[in-house]
Amino acid sequence: MFRKLHEPAEAVTVYVEGKPVVAEPGENLAAVLLRQEAIWSRPTPVKGSRRAPYCMIGVCFDCLARVDGVASVQTCMMPVRDGMTVEHQQRRRCLPS
Amino acid sequence: MSKTDLLIVGAGPAGMTAAITARRYGIGVLVVDDQTAPGGQIWRSVETQAASERGDILGRTYQDGKATTDAFRASGAHYEPRTQLWQVEPGYRAFVSHDGKARTIEAKAIILATGAQERPAPFPGWTLPGVLTVGAAQVLLKTAGQIPAKPVWVAGCGPLPLLYIVQLLNAGGQIAGYLDTTPAGNHWAALQYLPRALRGAGALLKGLAWKAILRHRRVPVIRHVVELEAHGSDRIESLSYRTADGREETVSADHLLVHEGVVPNVHVPLGLGCAVEWRDQQDCYVPVLDPWGETSKAGIFVAGDGAGIAGAKAAQCRGALAAHRLAVQLGYADEQNMLKDASCVQKSLARELALRPFLDTLFRPRSRIFSPTDDTVICRCEEVTAGEIRAMAQIGGCGPNQIKAFTRAGMGPCQGRQCGYTVTRILAELENCPASEIGFYRVRPPLKPVTLGELATLDQEGEVV
Repeated sequence: MFRKLHEPAEAVTVYVEGKPVVAEPGENLAAVLLRQEAIWSRPTPVKGSRRAPYCMIGVCFDCLARVDGVASVQTCMMPVRDGMTVEHQQRRRCLPS
Repeated sequence: MSKTDLLIVGAGPAGMTAAITARRYGIGVLVVDDQTAPGGQIWRSVETQAASERGDILGRTYQDGKATTDAFRASGAHYEPRTQLWQVEPGYRAFVSHDGKARTIEAKAIILATGAQERPAPFPGWTLPGVLTVGAAQVLLKTAGQIPAKPVWVAGCGPLPLLYIVQLLNAGGQIAGYLDTTPAGNHWAALQYLPRALRGAGALLKGLAWKAILRHRRVPVIRHVVELEAHGSDRIESLSYRTADGREETVSADHLLVHEGVVPNVHVPLGLGCAVEWRDQQDCYVPVLDPWGETSKAGIFVAGDGAGIAGAKAAQCRGALAAHRLAVQLGYADEQNMLKDASCVQKSLARELALRPFLDTLFRPRSRIFSPTDDTVICRCEEVTAGEIRAMAQIGGCGPNQIKAFTRAGMGPCQGRQCGYTVTRILAELENCPASEIGFYRVRPPLKPVTLGELATLDQEGEVV
């Protein structure tokens, strides 16, 4: 887990898996995910193994998550916004039977 | 659609300096960058953090970036942050996306200043949550003011791990230990280049000062680490390492930060069909460039670390040189006057480049990362192991593109940015030939994933795709 060095002067709320979490305007969502107890962002589509932010510059795609209902968003490239929802995205899409 | 004389991709040291220089000639400049603010990776968040406590933690080289971002903001260049380039067509027409909307930009010339990424350095367990690159941890410090909550392991080779350890200690963080993977023979091999490197003695002294801080702060340093492995089920729980003299140890680990140097981002030049060549000393491909940075495609320039790793000062020089050259090509300056202005930049660039043979040899990565064990995942996206690549290559005559088709390595969202070099090196080893003969994945558009919804917005501007 990571920790902030300072108390943010301003704060917004983002919802990680439904849980309200404090975030600082200007930071990106991946930074918020790395401050959580469970640091993972997504299961892989092939083996379902957990991944978390790795490169923080948009070249590894391990920080993908469902953001405001949109899947496969690069959270390391996405600045936080008040009220944003982040969910671990599903493994593989299946058609409902 | 918009039109511009010059499109610059990337707002790091090279892109900003190219823009500032081009604007002095009166060239119309549009800069697109995928980050939220100018500065590139080295100066991430410098506009807001240079004067803060965080700026002091990060150091002078970081804080100095503010002068360049200020000059860039004042240059009159049109700047579009959070804008990703995903295709360039001849002519030139660039396709970019911003906030879920795509559009095209017509430009007479393009400077690609897309910088570098950390070299993919696969080892067993490198995909576990809790394993990050050193660069990633540094970005988190710059942009979010955050550090690992518990003592952190750092493993790798190069100046960046030393710099980050110093910054982390400044910030009140703790290092569990530094696993220095620099191969034992590098120091001797690098000595021959030292006299030439003394032209850039300032940078060398900085490196020595960082090492002194590590000693003074009693950071545990384990030298000549040749093997590294991270263990855990849902996240890293422990790591093991082995040194060149056979010492093995397994220790508990909350986080592991890794770094084995950086390589140029060559996806855009490759996608455009620009000629590239293998640079053995830096273990990577670089675009073939003339002294001004022009690629094999007229009007397409590469500046900064994307042209070959040389650091931020060299990046600024290369950005300026590309802009000087374009001023003549686009009819904004006559050659004689331009050459006078450019000559001091050329001298500065030569001084910066004089350092490279020494640094590249000193920090040449260990051989294991180019030849991972069979059980190591090398394609993070599709979870393909080195063993699967080797098994497929045994069929014979496979190039990187056949390997991609057979195994799906390189087909995931990162498009080979994490596995491309490893596949090339594994094939080179099996074929017993230089990496230059193997080549690289064929890079196709879109260069970054684009949604159907984004593509559909192109229609709104009357474009026919």
